Amino acid sequence: MKFRLSIALCILAAFFFGTAFAGPAQQSSPQDARRMPTGDSVVPDTVSQALLERGEKLYVRRCGGCHSLDRNRTGPRHRGVYGRKAGSVADFRYSKALQLLNLIWTAETLDRWLENPAAVARGTSMGFRLGKADERKAVIAYLKSLSDTAERQGKN
Amino acid sequence: MSDNAIPMPSRRALLGATGRTLSVSALAMVTGSGIAGISSAHAADPSQDVDILNAAIALEYEGIAAYQIAATSGLLQPAVVEIGVTFQGHHKGHRDILVKAVETLGGTPVTEKPLEEYAAGLNVASLRNQEDVLRLALRLEQGAANAYLGLIPSLGVNFHQVAGQMAGDEAFHAAILANALGEPIPKAALIFG
Ligand code: HEC
Repeated sequence: MKFRLSIALCILAAFFFGTAFAGPAQQSSPQDARRMPTGDSVVPDTVSQALLERGEKLYVRRCGGCHSLDRNRTGPRHRGVYGRKAGSVADFRYSKALQLLNLIWTAETLDRWLENPAAVARGTSMGFRLGKADERKAVIAYLKSLSDTAERQGKN
Repeated sequence: MSDNAIPMPSRRALLGATGRTLSVSALAMVTGSGIAGISSAHAADPSQDVDILNAAIALEYEGIAAYQIAATSGLLQPAVVEIGVTFQGHHKGHRDILVKAVETLGGTPVTEKPLEEYAAGLNVASLRNQEDVLRLALRLEQGAANAYLGLIPSLGVNFHQVAGQMAGDEAFHAAILANALGEPIPKAALIFG
């Protein structure tokens, strides 16, 4: 009887601590974020912070083969690209297609670009596509956050 | 190499052992797939293929330069240099295949830039030790594997397989480098792409 009780206590304790420890981890994935309490107990920044972190990770993994934030490589440098005119990094050699593209990079134009660059600028040398809409959203949010920072620092 | 690959061997053991087993050339397989059928069969715009393949050539040149800089940096153990030079050989193989493909399509392949330009682009001045170099190489290889996978839907069908093969080589490199750095094995499927 006593033995059973202690087992029950152990299970209870494990359950309690288990959920307690799961707490901070909930903020790390969008799936978990949906399970977070709703209403004003949700800190809006937490969600967008998670999106930015996802965007940064995706940026490094998917774009990092060709792009960096501050240095031209196979593709042009990206800091401040959000809100900038297409093809306007002065010391990067763009394709004709991008030089002639009369477009400002916004959430909407970047989304179309990342879905299929050639559909936006036929003849571009960027063939890379980011097929998933949620991944595009995260990367674009990340690029936008860098433009915001650049503006605040008076760099833009 | 230890016969059970899951528990991480010590970095040194891993590097020492893999240096000797890497001599099998993935290149023969890649080149074996042949350029012959690539030229005209697909309906996609060949000039768009030329532009995209040229960006891939640029990426390969950067990879070749990165391993060159690493190998001559004095920051690496000899066994690590040996691995890097082998990986560099794969990137040269990719470049040769891509250059041939662009020429077959009637395009002009992009040429190599001076080494200093790649060094500046990669900010190699910030590298202090072997681990820094391995981390840079890992980032580049992961990026390259993902780049090839993301190019596939834009490329004509005749390039799909070779782009997949190149992604495979880069993923192989990334796995070795991640293991050398003691990175955990990703738990979820679809590690790349
Ligand atoms: C295979 C190499 C490659 C990959 C991978 C790649 N890009 Fe690009 N990107 C380029 C090249 C090359 C250009 C220049 C295109 C041109 O001149 O036509 C470019 C241009 C761009 C531009 C236009 C910039 C400007 O100054 O107008 C944006 C935006 C962009 N890339 C975003 C991304 C993002 C975001 C990712 C990752 C999700 C990515 N790219 C992945 C090669 C790549």
